[in-house]
Amino acid sequence: MSQVPIQFKLNGQDKAEFIDEAATLLSVLRGKVGITSPKAGCEQGTCGTCSVLIDGELRLSCITLAQTCAGASIETVEGMDTDGKLHPLQQAFLDRFAAQCGFCTTGMLMAAKALLDKNPNPTREEVVDAISGNICRCTGYEPIIEAILDATGGSAGSYRRA
Amino acid sequence: MPLAVKTFDQLRDAASALGTDAGARFLGGGTLLMRDINEGDISITTLVRSTDRAFTEIRSSGSRITLGAGVTMSEVAAHPELQYLKPVARTVGGPAIRNMATIGGNLFAFSPYGDFTVAMLALEATVAVQGGYSSRDVPLEEFLATRDRDSKSLVTGVTFRQPDNPTAFHYSKVSRTHPKGASVLSIAAHLPASGNRVSSPRIAYGAMAPTPIRAKAAENALNGKSLDEAGIADALAAATQGCSPASDSIASAWYRNEVLPVYLKRLLLGAPN
Ligand SMILES: Cc1cc2nc3c(=O)[nH]c(=O)nc-3n(C[C@H](O)[C@H](O)[C@H](O)COP(=O)(O)OP(=O)(O)OC[C@H]3O[C@@H](n4cnc5c(N)ncnc54)[C@H](O)[C@@H]3O)c2cc1C
Repeated sequence: MSQVPIQFKLNGQDKAEFIDEAATLLSVLRGKVGITSPKAGCEQGTCGTCSVLIDGELRLSCITLAQTCAGASIETVEGMDTDGKLHPLQQAFLDRFAAQCGFCTTGMLMAAKALLDKNPNPTREEVVDAISGNICRCTGYEPIIEAILDATGGSAGSYRRA
Repeated sequence: MPLAVKTFDQLRDAASALGTDAGARFLGGGTLLMRDINEGDISITTLVRSTDRAFTEIRSSGSRITLGAGVTMSEVAAHPELQYLKPVARTVGGPAIRNMATIGGNLFAFSPYGDFTVAMLALEATVAVQGGYSSRDVPLEEFLATRDRDSKSLVTGVTFRQPDNPTAFHYSKVSRTHPKGASVLSIAAHLPASGNRVSSPRIAYGAMAPTPIRAKAAENALNGKSLDEAGIADALAAATQGCSPASDSIASAWYRNEVLPVYLKRLLLGAPN
């Protein structure tokens, strides 16, 4: 497989790498740049644990050709905190026991962030829709939904973009 | 054999590359193709893609609208002129899939997928197909009938006439999990009214045959009738004509045939599912 150069922003920082031309974004993140929050789950786009934000949009890194991200801004859970202070969503997940085995958690956080960045005061139905592509086999989803609703502070606009 | 990626500025060059390389496949949003690659499908040796802007544009001219084949479900759902298609686009996968899945790829999706294509059939869309350096417009129904025999053409867009009255367009997807799940079946119907009667209805089904199909017997039976219990009776009796659904992990063929008239009735009478 031949190597191609790629440049992108990763959690606000410029990155330049040589990658296999047909590499998935997931393999580049995990194998090249040391970002391990997106997990290799089903690798079929079905479980959602590889979710990342690309230019603010939720995407599945396991079925994204890395080359298509040239020039894009990629966000992962590694970039969610501000100077060591957890993002309101991360704090709410802790407070609400929204993680059990933890395998889905990073994908859930990304799906939730994609929602709240665009819609800081979602309804419960909108939250359910936002995480509908992410599978959790431990929690039964309720604590996750509650955590996401909690992160909005329960009142319009109280969720801050990190 | 290693997988190669070829990127072209122009759609016609991408089409030409696709036509001359037996192992080449066009990459849309990749939600199906990249799965095959992750599964180790070694018949795919080259991914062909294009950065042509026309591929991702939505252009309207009068009542006709053209969606570039690279337009995503999320882009359809957000487009002010396409709000009647929002309920269709929003039933394709979860949010991440909708941000990736393209109109073009949906035309090739295997049953029970292809929900957006069902809507395009009911709107009598034509498909712009680029084969090598020549391009032609093909009615969607014809395109679907030969789709699996002609995997070397590049679809550049779909064009259709927007309904004069968007409320005459109806869509229903039946799935076992909500809000996201593969189709037990899906139905799209364009039911223009003339007085209180339906005039030239167009009805299409998903997951009721190997590709989305038009329900011509039901359309004929409904033409000129009113949308009430008596008016739709003949259409319901003809509902499953031409259907040959599969049995899969979502539903058996028997079940699909049994429930189709029930959901068609609800759709025609405007009742919630
Ligand atoms: C978890 C999950 C849930 C899903 N749910 C649904 C659902 O509810 N409803 C539904 O309809 N689908 C669903 N799908 C299937 C799929 O996401 C959609 O059908 C989507 O529209 C396919 O488009 P794509 O751009 O991703 O196709 P790709 O994966 O890029 O391509 C699919 C096939 O079409 C060919 N192709 C793509 N674009 C073109 C083109 N322009 N010209 C020629 N050939 C082309 C490719 O070569 C490939 O063979 C789901 C998929 C996943 C992974």
